[in-house]
Amino acid sequence: MTTTAPAEPAVLRRRPGLRPLRLLAQGPLFTASIAVLAVLVLIAVLAPVLAPYDPEALDLSASLAGTTGEHLLGTDQSGRDVLSRLMYGARTGLLGPLLVVGVSTLLGTLLGVVAAWRGGLADTVLSRSMDMVFAIPGLLLAILLVSVVGSGMTAPVIAMAVAYTPYVGRLVRGIARQEKARPYIESYRVQGWSGWNVCLRHLLPNIAATVFAQSAMNFGYALMDLAALSYLGFGVQPPTADWGAMINEGQSAVQQGAMLPALAPSVCIVLAVVAFGIVGEGLADRIARRKR
Amino acid sequence: MNRMNEQPEQKDASAVPADGRRPVLEIDGLGVRLPDDRAGRPILDGVDLRVRPGESVGLVGESGSGKSVACRSVLGLLPAGARTSGEVRVAGRDVLTMGRSELAELRARQVAMVYQDPRASVNPLRRVGDFLTEGLRAAGTPAATADARALELLDAVGIRDPRGALRRRPHEFSGGMLQRVVIAAALAAEPALIVADEPTTALDVTTQAEIVDLLARLRAERGTGLLFVTHDLELAATVCDRVYVMYAGRIVETRGTDELFDRPRHPYTAGLLACTPSIEAGAPAPRPIPGRPVSLADAPPGCAFAARCAHALPRCSEEKPALTRHGDGLAACHRADEGITL
Amino acid sequence: MTASAKEGPAVEGPVVEGPVVEGLVVEGLRKRYGDHTAVDGVSFSLAPGASLAIVGESGSGKTTTVRMLVGLERPDGGTVRLDGRDRSTRPRRRAERLARAREIQMVFQDPYLSLDPRVTVSGCLDEVLRLHTDLDAAGRGTRVTGLLDQVGLGTREATALPRDLSGGQRQRVAIARALAVEPRVLVLDEAVAALDVSIQAQILELLGRIRSASGIGYLFVTHDLAVVRHIADEVLVLKSGHVVETGPVSRVLEAPDHPYTRLLLDSVPRRGRFPAGR
Repeated sequence: MTTTAPAEPAVLRRRPGLRPLRLLAQGPLFTASIAVLAVLVLIAVLAPVLAPYDPEALDLSASLAGTTGEHLLGTDQSGRDVLSRLMYGARTGLLGPLLVVGVSTLLGTLLGVVAAWRGGLADTVLSRSMDMVFAIPGLLLAILLVSVVGSGMTAPVIAMAVAYTPYVGRLVRGIARQEKARPYIESYRVQGWSGWNVCLRHLLPNIAATVFAQSAMNFGYALMDLAALSYLGFGVQPPTADWGAMINEGQSAVQQGAMLPALAPSVCIVLAVVAFGIVGEGLADRIARRKR
Repeated sequence: MNRMNEQPEQKDASAVPADGRRPVLEIDGLGVRLPDDRAGRPILDGVDLRVRPGESVGLVGESGSGKSVACRSVLGLLPAGARTSGEVRVAGRDVLTMGRSELAELRARQVAMVYQDPRASVNPLRRVGDFLTEGLRAAGTPAATADARALELLDAVGIRDPRGALRRRPHEFSGGMLQRVVIAAALAAEPALIVADEPTTALDVTTQAEIVDLLARLRAERGTGLLFVTHDLELAATVCDRVYVMYAGRIVETRGTDELFDRPRHPYTAGLLACTPSIEAGAPAPRPIPGRPVSLADAPPGCAFAARCAHALPRCSEEKPALTRHGDGLAACHRADEGITL
Repeated sequence: MTASAKEGPAVEGPVVEGPVVEGLVVEGLRKRYGDHTAVDGVSFSLAPGASLAIVGESGSGKTTTVRMLVGLERPDGGTVRLDGRDRSTRPRRRAERLARAREIQMVFQDPYLSLDPRVTVSGCLDEVLRLHTDLDAAGRGTRVTGLLDQVGLGTREATALPRDLSGGQRQRVAIARALAVEPRVLVLDEAVAALDVSIQAQILELLGRIRSASGIGYLFVTHDLAVVRHIADEVLVLKSGHVVETGPVSRVLEAPDHPYTRLLLDSVPRRGRFPAGR
């Protein structure tokens, strides 16, 4: 990390492994990704209606039943219906990232806009603070917080929200600085509007699309991170249905030849992360083309 | 598509070389058209243009006139999806039918381009020396010879301490100095033709004067043809022997610079002259041309300028005037012979 | 050059003793960015209804100077007064900020960047009026129509978004927006530089008409000396943050005193100036 905080190029923050998604973000794949996300949200909302079984109902007699007419995706070691658990898992799977992205977007936008608009000392302090938080791995922060607060959804969500704030904050600071220097923003200042007014009514609406694209990408990252925490046992606790936790529980079944209990939630995670990534990239692409 | 062919092929009389030498650039009936959903009229329509060796030719027009598209076509650079008709011949060979390797050869050896923004045409990370010698080295010149040549070129374009300049990077140069470097690179292959697309628009007035002087001197010394594209009539008058005036994708008038300024035959040329502010004492205030330039979506049936023209007759908005001889040049106006007084 | 800053009485306060000088008076204006002094002791005055051209090349400090006048940059030294009221310090209250905005307005160079892409033409004028006047919606509507008419735009353009307008039309909107508060002084920062020649002449004519009708003063920042001849009474030549020459346009353009002014004038492209002959 360099020590200076000059104007950074305002580009979206991407995770190295997911950068190739940029190339897929056109045409039918973009539409397909939106469809995948819509279906996921629908399943999460309607899980109690759609799920054939109670996701936590034990039936040890039906342990590791393969794909049958009764259990489309089979059952896990405790005989719980995998499909029902996947459907309920979509609820925790989407709710966690939603909170993380919601909080980090609001907070990051606020800090980024203030840093860009005020400049000077405020900018230096805010930028350095965000750099510091940025340097702490989110997963580490979450594990630390879990050891204080105890496991469950709360600690990972708070930790991730904090860890993601600089992602948004640095992006917003960059594009807000560019936008602030545009004559249309300056003309409002010359007209005598207050800084708050110009930021809220003109600056924010004009950068919102880019922030939204970043948030869509962050949604996927947060989903992955929270699933990882649950997998490691720091996040959502059994018996609650959660994709990360399901992989953990399903691991031992893999050795017994039953792939589905671990594979099905893995596929769900990959599908959701890739879909969010493509939607984010696709939006960014459209914004770039509109600005040209 | 046949519309272009309906135009009577109007041969540019200046195509007959006065000194018997073949023009370095011959554009004949060039038409460039985008797929129909994107434009109502062709970007270029029946453009004829000649540049002889050592001649400085101006191509003047406002935004949307097609002047940049016309000058880029000389390098075989055309808008994506565009359909072309006519011919663009450099040293007798048609650029529009060239393959990839022939185009590369054309750009490397015969035609050099100088763009408006020197920063955009130089790789910011590479040393100026590499930028200047890459073309030569790619053509097989030994490194030492290429370096010597680069020094000679930098000296020719008036860069002090050329040896030091070779080692520096683009950001260490001012815009004017960098444009000199770009011109030096353009000269490296000793092209027969330099195409300059608004090469001084991004520069300060004093720097512009230096670059203009440089181009004029190099042309005189080396006999290179120059196609100088600009929106600035005064600048074209300073630089060019002959000027083509474009409007809405067509050449509306061409003649020698003095004659064009003293006796414009096309009302658009006259209008442009009248609306350009003059610095001379007692000069009349610039007189605006009403309305605005024709956009690509508009396809007026007759003369594209008729709607803005104070001299327009009913015939003007029905029938496209052909480019015909008036005085020592050509003008595309039904009333060119009547003598325009604005 | 800096001496002029110390002559004025009560430099630090907005209250000025003695006779009030009408119009805009700038004294010893200075702005530094790190080690670089962008504007160094610039002084000039603009009588009510007069037109002063500020001429210079890039890096001359011409834009920084006018940005300090409208409050987009804070000067490091010197004073700016309009009719005796100081405007070089940070405004303390909202009323002061608005009062200053009603005194000097600005038109920017690039018409493609100086309008909010999301606000319609009439919306853009309406919001200025809402901020600065007590007019009700109907009253503002009448004013908006009047302003658009003043700059040669009709009802068809009123509902348009900036992206539907040409460069010249956008610049007309920017001028109308600046005129909406009826300022004493209009700063035009290269306001015609980005326009086509035929459109540039239209805007110059419009600006000339507005000045003779309203008695507004112009500060016309430009690099183009030919334009100066047709828009300004007086001209101020800046180089590296310093004033090198100032005087009536005809005198400076015909008999420049300073070698730099002569160089600028010699560089203006014109027919008959033999290019390679220097």
